[in-house]
Amino acid sequence: MHSIADTTTLSTSVGAAQRPQLRVGSVLLLIAIYVLLSAAAISMLVPFLWMVFTSIKPNETIFQMPPVVWTTQYTVAHYVRALTRGNFDLYFLNSMIVASLVTLLNLFVNAMAAYAFARLRWRLRETLFMVVLAVMMLPGLIALIPTFLIVKATPFAGGNNWLGQGGTGWLDSYPGLIFPMVGSGFYVFLLRQFFLTLPAELEDAGRVDGAKEGTIFWRILLPLSKPVLAVVAIFSFQAAWNEFLWPLVIVQSDKMRTIQLGLTLFQSQNRIDWGVLMAGTTIATVPTVAIFLMAQRYFVQGIALTGIKG
Amino acid sequence: MHNVIPRRPAVPIAHWRHFWRGITREERAAFLFVLPLMIPLLVYWIIPAVASLYYSFTNYSVLQPTRWIGLANFQRLVDDDLFWRSLWNSAYFTVGNIPLMMLAGLFLAMAVNSYVRFRNFFRVVFYLPLVTSTIALSMVWLWLFDPNFGLLNAALQIIGLPPMQWLQSTNQAMPSIILMSVWAGVGSPMLIYLAGLQGISESFYEAARVDGATGLQAFWYITLPLLRPVTIFIMVSSIISSFQIFGPIYAMTDGGPAFATTTLVHQIYINGFRYFSMGYAAAQAWTLFALLLGLSVINLRLMARGMEV
Repeated sequence: MHSIADTTTLSTSVGAAQRPQLRVGSVLLLIAIYVLLSAAAISMLVPFLWMVFTSIKPNETIFQMPPVVWTTQYTVAHYVRALTRGNFDLYFLNSMIVASLVTLLNLFVNAMAAYAFARLRWRLRETLFMVVLAVMMLPGLIALIPTFLIVKATPFAGGNNWLGQGGTGWLDSYPGLIFPMVGSGFYVFLLRQFFLTLPAELEDAGRVDGAKEGTIFWRILLPLSKPVLAVVAIFSFQAAWNEFLWPLVIVQSDKMRTIQLGLTLFQSQNRIDWGVLMAGTTIATVPTVAIFLMAQRYFVQGIALTGIKG
Repeated sequence: MHNVIPRRPAVPIAHWRHFWRGITREERAAFLFVLPLMIPLLVYWIIPAVASLYYSFTNYSVLQPTRWIGLANFQRLVDDDLFWRSLWNSAYFTVGNIPLMMLAGLFLAMAVNSYVRFRNFFRVVFYLPLVTSTIALSMVWLWLFDPNFGLLNAALQIIGLPPMQWLQSTNQAMPSIILMSVWAGVGSPMLIYLAGLQGISESFYEAARVDGATGLQAFWYITLPLLRPVTIFIMVSSIISSFQIFGPIYAMTDGGPAFATTTLVHQIYINGFRYFSMGYAAAQAWTLFALLLGLSVINLRLMARGMEV
């Protein structure tokens, strides 16, 4: 039987080659649109530019009113201070470790489950899939406090006994930061939809040759799914890098702080050191923005088709 | 046509032993494939969600033995002025944020969708804040909002307006946070509306033109009705996320000044992790969940009604 899905949802490039629909009658209207769009684009960019400018201006110019944009004395002193005295090198490293591992685990865990939900025949499949989707609907906040307690009660970790008592468990540790962020109904759904669009003949050929499920998954399915895996990897890294509430709740020591937590330290200061804070903010912004600029294509596909902001 | 996997014929289960013996190799493989997902889901989501409901009926805190206190937490909720204050603030934020964000998003989407060049540039620029962390954005806006040296007051000064207190005034703090959130969030409705606009067939507009409709009429009678499902979708998801605003509140005002910006999630955080009244915080979290569920159901009902007509 031949059954090939008509639309591979993720390979439809959104809007790239489409003709514009809105026919603008007059040149004047077009000019007005350009003016408004440019004004909007400038107001989007100004805060970012101001962040970068502040981070490279010497302190005397930061506090001048009216503000000085161009100066001849740009400096990296704020970055040096953020990285050395502000420990931002450590926070950056922590965020990088956590976000990378979360991404890697998310790719494997969700793709494996999506394969079972899309391709294998087993009892409980529909039931479990509904459970996974239902969990996706839960606001993370509901689970926050008990998850904290469960992480605290991880057996044999952080001085805990086998019952998970006596110590701090995985609080204030990499596993505690990482594992609760692994597994997402959203990614499972996305991957399953993609797997469903792949022709079954490929696997059947593998089966005939005696390949096991693991081989089919690893050798046939995954290599065909690079675009959707890229979407999941990008979203997952970005979400983990930008995550704030969970690290806020479980991190206790300075050496485990993520970069987002590092930024909030400034707020409690009496007189905020804006130069250093903006340097830290720039450091915290660069990785996700860089990935976004390099992989926009995937972003636009993923966002437009799921409607979920990244 | 989608690939439809034939359902496995139901195995009659006479006995549990029969059930286990009936497991095929494929089923065993499937089980191993979903296990790495199901474990964290169970341990960090399902069990906690259920436990949270249980805790909401207890006086759980790290400091004292747990006792079942029935509805006392919810009673306390009703009498808690700060809870009502935070509910009001969350609603204030949501009602201020969503219409502005959606209108701006729709406008930008239509502008980008018209005969404009550099579309991709605009799309990237408007989406930029959404890939940046809320905390980083909050820090940047904290600096822009600074009453003495901030860029916004400098701009006001240039056009001859008096400086504002922004986050430091009880009246202006919430509008300031809304301003920042509209700026930060507008790219999301824009992209979704853009996809929606591109899904509308050109033939509708051609037919309208033949019938002599003006551009405004075409927008009102074709574009808007056809974007309705997209609009409802954006509305439901933004209500859910706006009601849960926390990052900017924590990073910029910590609920102040004088509780002018304390929101539901901020209260839950404060009660759970500063006062360690975790039972009470769990009760607040479930109340918020019930509220969001109710709002979503109402919204989806509205959508269903809109589809029938």
